[in-house]
Amino acid sequence: MSQQAFEPKLVGFLCNWCSYTGADLAGTARMTYAPNLRIIRVMCSGRVDPQFVLKAFQEGADGVLISGCHPGDCHYQEGNYKALRRHRLLSKMLEQFGIEKERFRLEWVSAAEGAKFQKVCNEFTEQIRKLGPLSWNGGKKNE
Amino acid sequence: MSDQKPKVAFYWCASCGGCEEAVIDLAEDILKVVEAVDIVFWPVALDFKKSDVEAMEDGSIAVSFINGAVRLSEQEEMVKLLRRKSQLVVAFGSCAHLGGIPGLANFWDKESIFNRAYHTTPSTDNPEGVVPQEKCTIDGKELYLPSFFNTVYALDQVIDVDYYLPGCAPPRDLIMNAVQAILEGNLPPKGSVLSPNKALCEDCDRNDTKPEKLAIKDIKRPWEVILDPEVCFLAQGVICLGPATRTGCGQRCISANMPCRGCFGPTDQVIDMGAKFLAAFASILDADDESEVEKIVETIVDPAGTFYRFSLPTSILRRRKMEEKR
Amino acid sequence: MIHLTIDGKKLEVEEGTTILQAAEKADIHIPTLCFHPLLEPYASCRVCIVEVEHQGKKELLTSCNTLVREGMVVETASERVLRARKLNVEMLLARAPAAEPVKKIAQELGIEKPRFEIKDPQEKCILCGLCVRACEEVVGANAISFINRGQEREVAPPFGEPSEACIGCTACAFFCPTGAITYEDLYGRQVIHEELNLGPATAIRVPIRQAVPMVPFIDEDACIHFKTGNCQLCVKVCEKEAINHDMKEEEIEIEVGSIILASGFKPFDARRIPAYGYGRFPNVITALEFERLVNASGPTGGKILLANGQEPKAVGIIHCVGSRDENYNEYCSRVCCMYSLKFAHLIREKTEADIYDFYIDMRCFGKGYEEFYHRLLHEGTKFIRGRVSEITDIPLTPEEEGKLIIRVEDTLVGTVRRIPVDMVILATGLEPSLDHNEIAHIFNISCSQDTFFLERHPKLAPVSTFSDGIFLAGTCQSPKDIPDTVAQAGAAASEALALADKGTFELEPITAEIDEKLCAGCQICVSLCPFNAITYNKEKHISEVNDALCKGCGTCVSACPSGAAQQKHFRDLQIMAEIEGLFID
Repeated sequence: MSQQAFEPKLVGFLCNWCSYTGADLAGTARMTYAPNLRIIRVMCSGRVDPQFVLKAFQEGADGVLISGCHPGDCHYQEGNYKALRRHRLLSKMLEQFGIEKERFRLEWVSAAEGAKFQKVCNEFTEQIRKLGPLSWNGGKKNE
Repeated sequence: MSDQKPKVAFYWCASCGGCEEAVIDLAEDILKVVEAVDIVFWPVALDFKKSDVEAMEDGSIAVSFINGAVRLSEQEEMVKLLRRKSQLVVAFGSCAHLGGIPGLANFWDKESIFNRAYHTTPSTDNPEGVVPQEKCTIDGKELYLPSFFNTVYALDQVIDVDYYLPGCAPPRDLIMNAVQAILEGNLPPKGSVLSPNKALCEDCDRNDTKPEKLAIKDIKRPWEVILDPEVCFLAQGVICLGPATRTGCGQRCISANMPCRGCFGPTDQVIDMGAKFLAAFASILDADDESEVEKIVETIVDPAGTFYRFSLPTSILRRRKMEEKR
Repeated sequence: MIHLTIDGKKLEVEEGTTILQAAEKADIHIPTLCFHPLLEPYASCRVCIVEVEHQGKKELLTSCNTLVREGMVVETASERVLRARKLNVEMLLARAPAAEPVKKIAQELGIEKPRFEIKDPQEKCILCGLCVRACEEVVGANAISFINRGQEREVAPPFGEPSEACIGCTACAFFCPTGAITYEDLYGRQVIHEELNLGPATAIRVPIRQAVPMVPFIDEDACIHFKTGNCQLCVKVCEKEAINHDMKEEEIEIEVGSIILASGFKPFDARRIPAYGYGRFPNVITALEFERLVNASGPTGGKILLANGQEPKAVGIIHCVGSRDENYNEYCSRVCCMYSLKFAHLIREKTEADIYDFYIDMRCFGKGYEEFYHRLLHEGTKFIRGRVSEITDIPLTPEEEGKLIIRVEDTLVGTVRRIPVDMVILATGLEPSLDHNEIAHIFNISCSQDTFFLERHPKLAPVSTFSDGIFLAGTCQSPKDIPDTVAQAGAAASEALALADKGTFELEPITAEIDEKLCAGCQICVSLCPFNAITYNKEKHISEVNDALCKGCGTCVSACPSGAAQQKHFRDLQIMAEIEGLFID
């Protein structure tokens, strides 16, 4: 696969109140951005179970994004803090699995930040494009 | 006469031998087992050969208890053989059940392991750089060694497994209950783990000592503190996998004042034990600020090895990413 | 009751009434200078003297402090009375020849010039003592009194020095009948009746003319009573006895089912654009100030006047001040175009001035708005398309002398112009109110990029917020004009009523649940729930979710280490299946 032809597959877990609405805003405002992010809506970034992140990588994601409300603005008061704590510990653990920190990203995008969502999508896509495919082959019994 | 008694096989793969000890540890109970069954294969104790098993009719063994993870082609071959010959296969102990301690080797691959074992350990004395070969010729004769996999597998990743007896090693009453259930034909649905489907906290004597709000700022490793023998380990800032680990072990570690390390594996609802424990544990870290969170996370040494101590091969990712060969 | 006769009129009045009050009741005028109905009579001016016959004895008495007695016969303008009054007034006039009320009474009595020596032709004080009594009886400050005796007698603070006891209330000046007392803020002391830029305010007032309920309040910081414990004149004059100084501010907790936020806006602070000179040039005013100026009850009675009191000959109105500007606010404030047109129309109606409107785009989007714009075009308002770069008072030509010069690029003509005017009105835009962020935090609602409150959905839920039961109305959500605000407020009210009418509240079916067969009671979830919706049941050895408190964030679910907790409609297996679905190509 040539580097030019590589289209990263990205999975985004977006909180219903801020980031999903922000993504919606980017859409209704007709902003164009990289189409690589595939979105899963959860009520709160605090709902994102690390199992989901691992599952996404295992299924073939080249990068995973968790996006929630800005600190202090969580619709559920503090769910995003839990997301933050999990993200940091999970990133550290993913490195032990040989998955680069850059592939697992946490961003705060408010409902008003359609433009920021656009920027995050573009940046993340470009970053992963440079990093190349992850193509998880983890331990399938086909040696 | 022996034809009337159900035939039983024991086999070990990549394991420490502790599970064999667990069988011996049944003490006088083993006599009851021996009385009730006909042991047809048990390499560690009795002199049967592979060919004896091959000679048996398919499905003629009532149950095979297999411990250890699958690391070598030989082990794969043997467990496939036993599977063919057995009506039931029980994954016996953490390694067969989850991959176990040998499964931690999945953070490396064959090349790096061989390099370490045969070249770089301080105790290696191998001036000629001899490395095991799968095939070699000595005096004109060809010799074969089993091949070494890059990845360690749990038993059910190689063959179909009917039941799981968890634990490192499985405790005696769980073994006796399982044997009894098999003899009586009183079996739960296929695929069951033969231990209660609840977390260890259910039975833990220290559970009621948890504070109203669990919040951890300083993470300590067991050797860094004098542990209170009555208080919940998490409340003392020590990583205890009890909340994410299936119960049934009889609190062996807890009563020895050591935190749970997770040998019983997760409950049925959980796919990935390490991730699930990570979620719970990270959530109760006492920091909201990014840099503060990072500071605490820094103090957690080897999170993957700690959270997946027994279950790496059966986790979602199963192993570290294989370096691409060019 | 007491019976008496005044100037031949038979009267019946209550005991304790003074002759002056009785006469007033009978519409008989007795002149007086030192009397004030709110103060104790003092009888110092002796202008109010009358001739009283009682029990066969005739004598001259001051009517302001003589009580009526049974059978009294009073003459208010007998020859004897007039002669004595005239003498008194002559003496007063000699002392205070500049006092207007004395001059007026003297004129009425036919005095042209007093026979006595005039000491100071500028003197106004008649030593009536109203000021001293006001300061003592009403204010309670005792900051001034009479000093010296005889010819030297005067009113002054102790030792003639500014008094520490003076609270600067100016009650003395208020009560002075001759204008002998004036005041100025010499020492930076707080002047209680502060001159706000929108006109003087009193300590007891209605907050705004449109206030609901339309009830006055007492401004404790300004009220004399809260400074000295005295005064309470308002209590004396309020016939309904409605005033009570003992009432205290209190915080009341009210339980409600829904809340409508209508916290409004604050006008853009024109000082933020220094090039427009607001605050430097007195004749550069904001829209709100102009609105006060043209108001019939405003400081000029509705006349459009410059700071020097003259009518402007040319007025410039600058649109989009602080709006549609990357340096300040990018959004359109939506009301400025129309109120600017209204201003142009009012100026045309009330003055002869030339009117210039500097606009970027005319936004006349409402019903009848475009038609109004057309009317203005035909009324002779000059519309110049371009953003004003600067307002300066430095003239380049003789015509610009003494004028404010507006520098602007006329984008329709394609040239930079300098337009001299006398008055500039800045059409300041709308910004969220001062405590906007605090309110957002209290009600847990988000703000959009323009920092106004964010509605739940721009089309489908335009008055709801992300917090259930909290609704938005008016400019707190975005700039809007009155018709739009009224419409939105109506919608918010009906949303709130709809909730109240139902009486029950529908929970989102996304709450967490804990399977008691699987829960080991590890209590991790209990520590995490921000709503205290999870409790640990010690007897059953499990944690339990209270459905009514759970808001469905799912934090406990993702943290549950044994997988006993699940979120309805966001189960682990459902999300796992979603992830798998993403990779089916």
